Amino acid sequence: MEQVLVNGLYLGAQYALIALGLTLIFALMNVLNFAHGQMYVLGGFVTYTVYGQWHLPFVVALIASSVTLAIVGALIEKFLFRTVIRRSKREESTMLLAAAIAFLLDAIILLVFGEKGHGVPKILNGVLNTGSIIIPFDRILVGGLALVFIAVFMAFMQFSKTGRAMRALAQDRVAAQLMGVNVDRYSMIGFALGALLAGLVGGLLVAITGVSSGIGGAISTKAFMMVMIGGAGVVGGAIVGGFILGMFEAVGLSVLHAYGDITYLVIFATLMVFLAIRPNGLMGKPWG
Amino acid sequence: MRSSLQLTGFVVFGLVMLIVVPIVVAATGRNDLYYTLTLISLLAVASAGVWITFAIGRINIGQAAYALIGGYVSAVLVSVYSVSFWWTIPLAGLFCAAVAVIIGLPILRLRGVYFAMVTLVSTEVARLTALALPITNGAKGMSNLPLPGPVAVGPLIIIPDFASLANASPAFYLLSVSIMLIAYAGVWRLVHSRVGKLFVALQQNEELAASTGINIAALRVIAYAISSFLGGVAGAVFSAVSQSVYPSSFTTQDSINFMLNCFLGGLGYVFGPLMGTFVLRFGWDLLFETAQFQLLIYSGILIVLMLVLPNGLLSLVAMRFRRRTR
Repeated sequence: MEQVLVNGLYLGAQYALIALGLTLIFALMNVLNFAHGQMYVLGGFVTYTVYGQWHLPFVVALIASSVTLAIVGALIEKFLFRTVIRRSKREESTMLLAAAIAFLLDAIILLVFGEKGHGVPKILNGVLNTGSIIIPFDRILVGGLALVFIAVFMAFMQFSKTGRAMRALAQDRVAAQLMGVNVDRYSMIGFALGALLAGLVGGLLVAITGVSSGIGGAISTKAFMMVMIGGAGVVGGAIVGGFILGMFEAVGLSVLHAYGDITYLVIFATLMVFLAIRPNGLMGKPWG
Repeated sequence: MRSSLQLTGFVVFGLVMLIVVPIVVAATGRNDLYYTLTLISLLAVASAGVWITFAIGRINIGQAAYALIGGYVSAVLVSVYSVSFWWTIPLAGLFCAAVAVIIGLPILRLRGVYFAMVTLVSTEVARLTALALPITNGAKGMSNLPLPGPVAVGPLIIIPDFASLANASPAFYLLSVSIMLIAYAGVWRLVHSRVGKLFVALQQNEELAASTGINIAALRVIAYAISSFLGGVAGAVFSAVSQSVYPSSFTTQDSINFMLNCFLGGLGYVFGPLMGTFVLRFGWDLLFETAQFQLLIYSGILIVLMLVLPNGLLSLVAMRFRRRTR
């Protein structure tokens, strides 16, 4: 059982980091970023190239992933989302744009990196074995790094001037603008930061699971679920949602194993019942 | 755009599909066109359903779930219970509508992205359920479904046995196009009825609508049920056309595509999803020539269209029309 809990915590830390980026973008711009999973995959491939192909240190690869995705995110916000939001009659149009961007990133990733899955050399060798728990060292490192990144992100949002501006923007866009917050600029920074988080976690996970071009959509769906559990647009909710989904998955895979491949069916069904009772998730504001 | 103009366009479109296309196919011998158009017609029917949920202000990314359910209901009825295929079309639709009422009552309380995300998840639920249930035959799916049988009133044969035809594809084509035309005519009628006006009220402000005495809970379930009915009908006919149905017949990707069809055609126009489906599917098929660049070019065009025409393709026609009359 301890083993299952540790697996759940490890998964949860990854998931929380993915969900954070998605919820940040949603909170700031009211955009449901369908391309989040593709951004994650892109980050993974950058790390794969820098660390796996060029044999530079893993840290350099992570930085490269983050910077690349931050630039991609900023450009997408500035040239695509901002324009469409300004011109469109209905807010939902951003969803078409997000889906189209997801296709575009998928196509680019497929063309540049091919459809084969890629792995990289292990970042740490060895396994921690305490008798009841067996966990490889590289998983401990990646899980720990994910927790550190979550803490850094929270501190950044809480204490820096940029973070304060973005929180104000998430609370009330018009009021923030009246108080002198440069809305366009912070929307762009926020989108870049969300994309950066996706790229960062993509890069981290290359070390464990490798990366392949087709998994973007599935990652997006998972991220949506975590955000729904916690409540859309709430930073704390995304973290809680990530850990809950990680735990469910770890426990489900070990408990429901005997009944075949129904873990996700049970999770989905539970989620729908939960949302019927509590439509705005654990911590969400009513109607997102 | 004046509604008479839209309606004229729709009638012309219907005549082209029913009369001109068969003549063209006969003249050129391009029989594959039938299959493509059959598929597009069915996708357009499902997209019309998605459009109805847009009309009440909900983003529905779960239509593939109902198409899948409809496909399985028809397949199970035909192959296990030997029901006539023609009966399974309405039955599949009604089954989906019933499911939509049960699921819709709780989840239609959700709004905005919450509703969108739950419906997205429901597509996965449908796929996983199809994999897990014994009657749906798991991952192997159901194949070798029989072709639709004859329909006769007394001695008069209205629809011949599809198996007796030398080539069933024109028959499936006419069936699908007819269903599509009936579906869109029905949606048009619905939107221009009293209920349609109430849908607009729901879309704009639910609280205000409720305060004027509209039963919003019932109305939005009705809209969702009609939407799912269309999805189920499309799925049922699809299972007959392909003579098979698998858990992967309709996936999350299809759900997203149905939504895109509505967006691209224009959310403000009844025939928007029709236009969107035809443009997107034909565009995708035309780009087949470009091989590995297909998805790149396709998504690039989508993005550009979004930047230039964020209110849908039909808004272009509307703009020109307005300019001319000014």
